[in-house]
Amino acid sequence: MIDQLLHLLGYDFAQNALAAGLVVGIVCGVVSRFVVMRNMAFAVHALSELGFTGSAGAILVGASPVVGLMAGTTITALFIGALGVRVRERDSVVGIAMAFGLGLGVLFLSLYPRYATQAFSILFGSITGVSRGDVALLVGIGVVTMIALAVMYRPLTFATVDPEVAEARGVPVRQLAIAFLLVMAAAVAEAIQVVGVLLILTLLITPGATAERLTVSPIRATVYSVVIALVSVEGGILLALATNLPVSVYVTSLSFAGYLAARWIVGPLAVGRASRRTAEGAS
Amino acid sequence: MSDPAVRFDAATLEYHGRRIWADMSLAFEAGSFVAILGPNGSGKTSLLRTILGLAPLRSGDVQVLGHAPRRGDPGIGYVPQHQSLDADLPLRGRDLVQLGIDGHRWGIGWPSAASRHRVEAAIQAVGAEPFADAPIGRLSGGEQQRLRIAQALVGDPRLLLCDEPLASLDLRYQQGITDLIGGWQRGGERTVLFVTHDVNPVLALVDQVLFVVNGRWAMGTPDEVLTSERMTALYGSHVDVLRVHGRILVVGESSGSGFEVEEPHHLPTIPDDDRHPDRATA
Repeated sequence: MIDQLLHLLGYDFAQNALAAGLVVGIVCGVVSRFVVMRNMAFAVHALSELGFTGSAGAILVGASPVVGLMAGTTITALFIGALGVRVRERDSVVGIAMAFGLGLGVLFLSLYPRYATQAFSILFGSITGVSRGDVALLVGIGVVTMIALAVMYRPLTFATVDPEVAEARGVPVRQLAIAFLLVMAAAVAEAIQVVGVLLILTLLITPGATAERLTVSPIRATVYSVVIALVSVEGGILLALATNLPVSVYVTSLSFAGYLAARWIVGPLAVGRASRRTAEGAS
Repeated sequence: MSDPAVRFDAATLEYHGRRIWADMSLAFEAGSFVAILGPNGSGKTSLLRTILGLAPLRSGDVQVLGHAPRRGDPGIGYVPQHQSLDADLPLRGRDLVQLGIDGHRWGIGWPSAASRHRVEAAIQAVGAEPFADAPIGRLSGGEQQRLRIAQALVGDPRLLLCDEPLASLDLRYQQGITDLIGGWQRGGERTVLFVTHDVNPVLALVDQVLFVVNGRWAMGTPDEVLTSERMTALYGSHVDVLRVHGRILVVGESSGSGFEVEEPHHLPTIPDDDRHPDRATA
């Protein structure tokens, strides 16, 4: 196993996969924190599935599937942003968009019968198939996303945890909601490269949700979330190279194991400490 | 400073085509504590939103701290109605207060020693040291509200807007919160606009009362405004204002006249002296 791993690491495809995993892990770790805080799991799923529709459409007209993917997630993000910024409407709008978009995806698939292999790799991920050019594209999208998130980090946090006071303090709450949807669209497109459309939540929910179980400090939680996403992705790639099973299997298993450990082993200790402090304070 | 903290001139506000109040002219003096009273839906929150620059007037003029209202005015602190926060929210009270300093600025904002010091001072001022590092969603309503006041005051505002800060708090916490706000207000030329449906918890602090009902209003000292004659005129139906053990009760006809009155919450539960220790000196 180790021999096979070392041997494969000499190849371009393995190095590309690890490089892409680095970018995707960082982006998803940070974005996942806000996805969890803003309760947007359903929206992530919709963006992802409509990314599939986008890339199916792109293949049908002979365009790059990655470009189609980006177009699909971005159009969906703008649609949700335009119609459903309030939490109550948001889930309905997301569901409505997802249903119609998937219907379109079925249409594209049926129009292009030889599509099955590519469809499979989009649905379940194909990180070991990325080229050097793909890596460059992922790095480009990742850098833009990270800069955008760094710029809006503080007001977005304010608008997320305390929207009323944030608005009173002049934070553009609604515009930030739309900007964050676009950031999510980019992160989803990145994560699909690794785990595919159907397993997207393993990178955009699990790291953030796990980090919340470990600390109440916002900045520390973001760091933990990135570390968890990175370990899941890079660990998953290495294990897949060593054993010939799909990457997605390991990425989802690692992130799931991390969540369970945080929930049952490490997390209760951390939360227990904090609660004890509260109890002392109250008495 | 003789300029009023807030002045409305012939101000009219509409919300989704509904007229909230029309042609309102009044001024809140700098350094005063004003209770804003009235039934639900009478436009008390809209008044605060106008001052915050979030709800522009249909016509007329409003001046806040000597200028037109601006979104994010650093001269204004804001304490919203208490809402319970998610118990799992990954945020400490300390972080909430920090957001009051620089949450509206762009960038990541690694906390500096100077801002940490200000946060610490604000937390101490409201007596929140023991629980400032716990997850805020797991604190009691009163503890959360103390941290919200620290968040509102950490930017050193001149005008504090409070929107029902006592709602859903039990009496013990209500007293602590009003003491904090009153203590801050007396510490300088500071103005408090305090929206509430029950004037009694703040009666000892109040300089002026603004009572808003269905687009009509009355303003003056509690003794001027909270009388049976003024309230009857304001509601347009018979209202009695009763004074019982130093508390003011506004009681209307209950025969489906469509307005709510201040309810004597908690009246039988706690002796009056415990609840209002500073009334004796006032």
